[in-house]
Amino acid sequence: MNTKQTPLHAFHHAHNARMVPFAGWDMPVQYAAGIKAEHLATRQSAGLFDVSHMAQLEISGGRAAADLSTLTPSDIAGIGEGRLRYSLFLNDQGGVLDDLMIGRIGDLFYLVVNAGRADHDIAHLQKHLDASTNMAIRTDRALVALQGPQSANVLGMLGLRLDDFRFMQLRHFDFDGTELLISRSGYTGEDGFEIALPANVASEFCDACLSTGLVTLAGLGARDTLRMEAGLPLWGHELDETITPVEAGLGFAISKKRRDMADFPGANRINDQLKTGPKRRLVGLSASGARPVRDGVILRHNDRPVGSVTSGGFAPSLDRPAALGFVEAELATPGTSLLADTRGAPTPVTVSNLPFVQHQYFR
Amino acid sequence: MVKFSEDHEWVKLDGDIAEVGISPHAVEQLGDIVFIELPDIGTNVTKGDAVAVFESVKAASDIYSPAGGEIIDVNTALADDLGAITADDAMNNWLFKVKLTAPSDLDGLMDEDQYNAMID
Repeated sequence: MNTKQTPLHAFHHAHNARMVPFAGWDMPVQYAAGIKAEHLATRQSAGLFDVSHMAQLEISGGRAAADLSTLTPSDIAGIGEGRLRYSLFLNDQGGVLDDLMIGRIGDLFYLVVNAGRADHDIAHLQKHLDASTNMAIRTDRALVALQGPQSANVLGMLGLRLDDFRFMQLRHFDFDGTELLISRSGYTGEDGFEIALPANVASEFCDACLSTGLVTLAGLGARDTLRMEAGLPLWGHELDETITPVEAGLGFAISKKRRDMADFPGANRINDQLKTGPKRRLVGLSASGARPVRDGVILRHNDRPVGSVTSGGFAPSLDRPAALGFVEAELATPGTSLLADTRGAPTPVTVSNLPFVQHQYFR
Repeated sequence: MVKFSEDHEWVKLDGDIAEVGISPHAVEQLGDIVFIELPDIGTNVTKGDAVAVFESVKAASDIYSPAGGEIIDVNTALADDLGAITADDAMNNWLFKVKLTAPSDLDGLMDEDQYNAMID
């Protein structure tokens, strides 16, 4: 199988990245610093991640808003100029086909979808978009995420004027004569930015970030530990076609207007769950002891299986193991004690509130 | 003389006692180690048994016994001081000692040159 390379592939090699295949792409899982150090540097200063494997789509045309509405539970028409929303492609059972960001800039909708679902999402859109709606796939652009409390300072040092640029906004900026499309958003829980830029400028931009002395290169390993601490779902783990947004704690992504109209895929099931509560819920899990509790481990209460772990490992900011998982709704109360069927001996875990680490968004 | 297994364990033989650790390459590959579990003293093991676990941030890795016998000593100090598990100290950080029932179990292990060729 030929893995694809992002525009930063040579850059990664030059920076001693350890590369792994991910969703068909050759990606850095870590650099020399290692996952823990990259994670902590992101929360303490700033981390820089190549996320060019995610697909960037532009949808335009007179029916674009209507088309995107039919596929999501979002108020697409209500997305203002320069605004970004977290959204979901749903199936008729209310299950999540993918989670994505949808922003409006100029006369187009800008979508960023998961790398592992890009082929699916593109086919899904092609099948459902009106003949007059145009979709462009921006493979000419790289995408990098700059995340952490110093990230705004870093962009300032690069000459960008942020001028009241807030969380979930989307704007064009000039970097040395090149146009960047930047959102104040991310997947770490920290204040941060996601920067779309021409592929041939990506290395130069990353070098400029590094030259500020405030930025640490970070790979997919740290990306995963950061998002888990932030309680953010990963499609294929906390989300899939059999999981509804209500079960996954994503009720906020369902527009109230759309809920009242019940005019989105799976609306009946989702409205039912919103009314009476879902049968299972996504929770945080704190393990006693030092042994991580990993994906797929069954959770028990009084010997009965009551759920399972969907993401689990070590949380560097907490300096202890942490996990996400689904449990029966009655047991989803923080403080509930469960037993995880870990290899060897069972591990006691406690249901915890999410996020593990508080969000620091610049609102 | 130290020997190496395909699973990146090293073995130092002293009479019928085999001292076992993991190679510097293995330590580097594991990355940040967050937890280790070592076998209990007195456990009887067969060659190839998974006897210890190293948990790194991303994954759990089994450590296998390169020979059959009885676990007669375990480096518990290492379990309490994960920071001491470094690539530089890997050849000195023994994990467990096996009193061999069949020294021929160690036949077929690689010498250092063969191991270095394997990991290149």
